[in-house]
Amino acid sequence: MDEPTSVLTPQAVDQLFETLRKLSSEGTAIMFVSHKLDEIRRLCHRATIFRGGKWVAEVDPRKETEESLAALMIGREFPRTQRREHAPGAAALELVNLSVPADGPFGTALKGINLELHSGEILGVAGVSGNGQAELLEAITGEQASSDSGMVRLLGQPIGRLGAAERRRLGLVNVPEERLGRGAVPPMSLIENTLLTAHRQGMLQHGLVSQARAIAYAKACIEGFDVRCSGAAAKAQSLSGGNLQKFIVGREIRQLPRAMVVAQPTWGVDVAASALIRQQIIDLAVRGVAVLVISEDLGEILEMCDRVAVIAAGRLSPSKWVSDTSAEEIGRWMAGMFPQDAPELAAA
Amino acid sequence: MRGLRLVPRAQPSRAMLFIAPLLAVLLTLIVGLGVFAWLGQNPLRAFRVFFIDPVSDMSGFSELLLKASPLCLIALGLAIGFRASIWNIGAEGQMYMGGIFATGLAIRFHDHGGAWLLPAMVVAGALGGMFWASITAALRAQFHANEILVSLMLTYVADLVVKYLVFGPWQDPQGNNFPITVQFSDDALFPLFASWGWGAFEGTRLNASVFLTVAAIPLAWLFMERSFLGFQLQVTGLAPGAARYAGFPEKRMIWLALLISGAAAGLAGVSEVAGPIGQLNDRWQPLYGFTAIIVAALGRMHAVGIVLASLLMALLYLGGEAVQITLQLPKALSQVFQGLLLMFLLGCDVLVNYRIARRVAA
Repeated sequence: MDEPTSVLTPQAVDQLFETLRKLSSEGTAIMFVSHKLDEIRRLCHRATIFRGGKWVAEVDPRKETEESLAALMIGREFPRTQRREHAPGAAALELVNLSVPADGPFGTALKGINLELHSGEILGVAGVSGNGQAELLEAITGEQASSDSGMVRLLGQPIGRLGAAERRRLGLVNVPEERLGRGAVPPMSLIENTLLTAHRQGMLQHGLVSQARAIAYAKACIEGFDVRCSGAAAKAQSLSGGNLQKFIVGREIRQLPRAMVVAQPTWGVDVAASALIRQQIIDLAVRGVAVLVISEDLGEILEMCDRVAVIAAGRLSPSKWVSDTSAEEIGRWMAGMFPQDAPELAAA
Repeated sequence: MRGLRLVPRAQPSRAMLFIAPLLAVLLTLIVGLGVFAWLGQNPLRAFRVFFIDPVSDMSGFSELLLKASPLCLIALGLAIGFRASIWNIGAEGQMYMGGIFATGLAIRFHDHGGAWLLPAMVVAGALGGMFWASITAALRAQFHANEILVSLMLTYVADLVVKYLVFGPWQDPQGNNFPITVQFSDDALFPLFASWGWGAFEGTRLNASVFLTVAAIPLAWLFMERSFLGFQLQVTGLAPGAARYAGFPEKRMIWLALLISGAAAGLAGVSEVAGPIGQLNDRWQPLYGFTAIIVAALGRMHAVGIVLASLLMALLYLGGEAVQITLQLPKALSQVFQGLLLMFLLGCDVLVNYRIARRVAA
């Protein structure tokens, strides 16, 4: 089985594991591939760890900690993300009764979504894949304009009818889930890929591109975010997923945004790069930027977010303080069982 | 072939990007020699007649430039659109429309022209090409109509418009009922190089319209390689998802790509009717608009490559005429060579993304 839990709620994962343990006890051999270390520890009798395509170790995962497994995976001490004291500021990004009809038979309609995201806080949107996350991201970033201008507000200003470029100009940046072909143009260099969204950082003069500025910006992203590549001229498609993600996150953060939306920040990213990306996002919030994290990895949300809400079938649950909830409760909400009309708990 | 196979490359080969067109030219020449031999000619003599003789004197060289100029101009415009994956196949029709617009002015002011007439015709020609391309742009942007089909079909409409005009309202009253307009007045013609007393060009048809192309080359280069609009167009072509993510306006990109290529084709139309032809007639079908597609592909959608490719393609035209006159071979050989070249180029392009490897015994 290859990453079988990526579309399951925690409760469904428990059921799956029950079944797998039963199969195993009846004599079935099971190979289970996952990047979620707690699942390996809970389920498996033996674990083989690969790094860079090479065999590294074989261990009994029940006797290891997540940290020791992670250290084997990255070959050095696992860097922990630093939590911080959180003091929410004024409302930065607001969604007011945001509704978007489904785009085609496989799309999900967004139904009356309300959300208030404050400066300096990180709010996670959890949910099972395909419950409206992609549509929510597009509605916020402006790739899909809203039917009413007031449905999306940035620092109080209605931006629902603005396009993606205008919203970015007002300080709302985002990191999409799809890195190649969306967050970056695969056959273009990192220099050209900085132009994609960061061209307003003084890179244009009379409609012409200032190469020097673009190169300087690309180099700053590469150095500041520890992007491993052959240089600023490297093509985006030549970078590993983690390094390209670090580059994209760096490119967006360096635009000094007021609010940032990140979808699946560490999806398919190695553990070391994941830790760095999460730390950068936390540091961004410390500087007063409002951050919305849309992720299907509940562990990631519970690790880095202050508040959490759940999206299910195009509806968004009320939000809860991460310290005030549990994986079990969020899991029930992911199946759609959340109080529909509860007041905004965290607004208080 | 047994024992060989194609293996995908980890990254597209940059060297192959440049080698592939040269390889295609080489293969075309080799097959060409075979074709000459098959037609009962001494291949080397035919080769010389086809490729060397046409440019061995100033008059031949002038003809080469005269043919290469509109090809280059149209191909530069097309390349800008092709980079954005907007496939304007109807440059031929846009060129006709440019010629029609310019002819309209030339006829209207036949007897009271002035130094302003030619520049006005140039502007009108560009507008004519843009007008014709804008139909395709509007249908594509508003209704997602396929721009390949629309622009191609509009070419035949433009052809019929030319025929209607030269058989009808614009026919030369003193033309013995031939489907031609009047010969343009001098004010409506590009001056010949020879008319400036440049002795070397005495007796050649080379005219000032090549300066339109000469000016367009650096502008196109600047637009494609250095301007933000050119970058936006390229992103739209390479990764439409990234263009939406960045918020590049999709419809504006479609309009821009089509208007630029339409304007270039329209200018080529002016340079023809106000150049070597000097009128509009029903037999003006140089097919430059279609050949320019090959030129753009052969030139790798790059300004410098397009200049070289247009010269080569012009040489194929002239060579075809030369073998017809000297060796009594069919003129269609030009098209055979063009077809061979495009086919080999598409074949060699596989090597950009694949390499040939020996099949390993299993």
